[in-house]
Amino acid sequence: MSAAAPALAVRGLGKRFGGIQALEGVDLEVLSGEVHALVGENGAGKSTLINLLAGTLQPDAGQILVGGRPVRFRHARDAAAAGVAAVYQELSVIDSLSVAENLLPNRQPVNRWHFIRGTELRRQAEQILASFGVGLSPDTLVGQLALAERQVVEILKCLAAQPKVLLLDEPTSSLTQREKEALFGLIRHLRALGKGVVYISHHLPEVLALADRMTVLRDGRRVTTCARAEVTEAALARLMVGRELHSVFGKRGGAERGGRPRLQAAGLTRPGAFGPVSLEVWPGEIVGLAGLVGAGRTALGRALFGAEPALEGEIRLDGVSVNPRTPREAIELGIAYVTEDRKGQGLFLDQSIAHNLAAPGLGRFCGRWGFVRDGQMEQHARACRERSRIVAPDVHQTIGRLSGGNQQKVLLAAWIGLGPRLLIADEPTRGVDIGARSEIYGQLRGLAKEGAAVLLISSDLPEILGLADRVLVMRAGRLVARLTGAEATEQRIIAAALGAESPPATATNDTPDTE
Amino acid sequence: MNPPPASLLRQLSRLSELRILLLVAGFWLGLWLYDPAFLAPATINTVLLYLFGYAIMACGMTVLLVSGGFDLSVGSVSALAAMVAGVLMRDPALHVAWPLALAVGLGVGAAIGTANGLFIARLGINPFITTLGTMLLARGLTYIVSGGVGRSGFAPGFCWLGQGRVLAVHWPGWLGGGQWTGVQMPIVVSLLLVVVADVLLRKHRFFRQNYYLGGNEQAAWLSGIAVNRLKVFNYALSGTLAALAGLLFCARLDAAIPTAGEGDELKVITAVIVGGASLSGGKGTVLGAFLGCLLLATIRPAISFLNIGDHWEKALVGFILLTAVLLDRVGKRR
Repeated sequence: MSAAAPALAVRGLGKRFGGIQALEGVDLEVLSGEVHALVGENGAGKSTLINLLAGTLQPDAGQILVGGRPVRFRHARDAAAAGVAAVYQELSVIDSLSVAENLLPNRQPVNRWHFIRGTELRRQAEQILASFGVGLSPDTLVGQLALAERQVVEILKCLAAQPKVLLLDEPTSSLTQREKEALFGLIRHLRALGKGVVYISHHLPEVLALADRMTVLRDGRRVTTCARAEVTEAALARLMVGRELHSVFGKRGGAERGGRPRLQAAGLTRPGAFGPVSLEVWPGEIVGLAGLVGAGRTALGRALFGAEPALEGEIRLDGVSVNPRTPREAIELGIAYVTEDRKGQGLFLDQSIAHNLAAPGLGRFCGRWGFVRDGQMEQHARACRERSRIVAPDVHQTIGRLSGGNQQKVLLAAWIGLGPRLLIADEPTRGVDIGARSEIYGQLRGLAKEGAAVLLISSDLPEILGLADRVLVMRAGRLVARLTGAEATEQRIIAAALGAESPPATATNDTPDTE
Repeated sequence: MNPPPASLLRQLSRLSELRILLLVAGFWLGLWLYDPAFLAPATINTVLLYLFGYAIMACGMTVLLVSGGFDLSVGSVSALAAMVAGVLMRDPALHVAWPLALAVGLGVGAAIGTANGLFIARLGINPFITTLGTMLLARGLTYIVSGGVGRSGFAPGFCWLGQGRVLAVHWPGWLGGGQWTGVQMPIVVSLLLVVVADVLLRKHRFFRQNYYLGGNEQAAWLSGIAVNRLKVFNYALSGTLAALAGLLFCARLDAAIPTAGEGDELKVITAVIVGGASLSGGKGTVLGAFLGCLLLATIRPAISFLNIGDHWEKALVGFILLTAVLLDRVGKRR
């Protein structure tokens, strides 16, 4: 490693969002020719840090230095100009264009009349592909490539601008093992070329296989920076987690299993997504469903709610065999599903809090001829606001203006307001600050105490451990571990989710390595 | 825990039609100040008679825009429905009774609307492309069915639908003597439809689902709304109302014309958007759309009234549309 100024350095970086300190006093040094991993749980501040480095957010405190020179990024363009490029989870390649056209957007070689010079474009693209040892044809349409190859194109697109530092945010979350290896090859090649690479991931085995050094973030602060040789996977996991869990989660209800299970699923399968999966949830119980992003948890939740078709297996609700084919049918059966995608699939952002709260089950507020009673709807909204402590002066306020935490409280309150028998909550605290979190936990606990069954899908391990009476772990579409509250620990869940341990007896051997 | 009663001003500011209401009121007030004769009953009657077709189509179009769709085929469908009814009534070989012809005409509209809905909801084809297709198809069928020539000389019963007057009043000599000649049927029908549609879209559960559908289709579906069924119904409604508008227009003129209703689709969409709806869905009301029709329909008489010259009409409509959208955007920023 060189003795010269680091390719990228960060001193005392801080960022606040409203009431919460997302990042505080973070130091980081990325050397040229180094792969520097950034690890931490969800909500530890990794994404905030990346956004600050990429110029899409501006820090409240601290300094960013590129090649030893202090810089201020007002805009993503500034970061790009300074030689910092970011590759996010969502790809921005255009499927209908060729690899060459994707590699050189806005930099296509043109002739005097500003027509694109096709052969020159092709030649330049070939040059880029060859220089990084990538064996793709520049003429292939990106839409015909595999996901990993598209990811490679995305990375090369950023590299075409000759950055000094490359930020990679969870680049492997949707790749198969073989595809990952190809990507790692490219990353190692970049390291050899002297680029600084910041690699964000919570897949610890990957991090350990790839990174030279790693910085651990927890609760917005840097815990430590260490070299690859200094740590083991277990030590890293401990550094990531290491906190008291039971404070924000309230008292466990001490669920007693009586009678028959509320939800009983047997051999549930959706080819390509999950299965066969069998599980039970008793009334009054919160069951945590843990696993990595892409393990099939959301697909399973949606299938139970009738939001995904093509289902094999059987669902029993209080012992009665049911088959919800649409959300409408599921709602009538007393199943509620709180989506993980609050803005995209959960809320009606341009509409009022009251209308959002009434959205599932509008019929509750209707008279005999189907006319909506606005007064009743408003009353319901006020009651929900009271009960769920939604911070808003007026229930007619547009919901898009509320904070993320309050929006989430509205979404949850809308579904709890239906009085469901079974609530499936998919990442109910994603992007939500600590205060709202504990209130959401209180809501879920309260619902369980009233006798509903709750299936909690979450990638937030402390949340699962603090809230769930039992924990199920999914990997690659299968349930690979069933843990009682006493058995469940972070290490066990992570091990099961990653498949680090020998698989338990429930999993058969032909586990596919991708969804 | 009763909330304090919202002040009148606050309730008024919540009224989504406020913007368009002020626009219409300001426009009319200006004209009235220029010459009080402008607001004479005769002028108003002329304006209403001019816009009844647009108002009827706007009811269906508002529902569609609120739900995030729209319908380019309304103008052609209105012509086709009238022409089918006209041919059925006047063709020597057919001579169908007018009530049956009327029903068939409405059925044609409903059928094309349902086809639009099925294409859009079931096959996921873009509303623009689907309704552009049916717009051309319906116009073409109008020419094919009619052979390119109009039909007229319909039964008096049919013509009464377009020309008859109701609510005529005579008052006796000791009250000053005189009479009110009443209102033409199309005006009555259109105003009635506007009121009914406004109340339904505002208050009725089934129609109100459209605000959710237009606001976020995914979320609406997950909330248990039968999204596809709703879409098909909306397009069927739009087609049926377009047919009704065309049939009333035909009855009023006692003529089915192959070129009837050309360009109406854009006029109606313009009026509905001026009235507060948005192409991205989730908002708008029938009352707002009606006021939008009223505003646009007043432009032509205002121009002749002020002697500006007919060439200004289109430019003014465009100006009003952009102003309305601009005001909306500025209102949102605040």
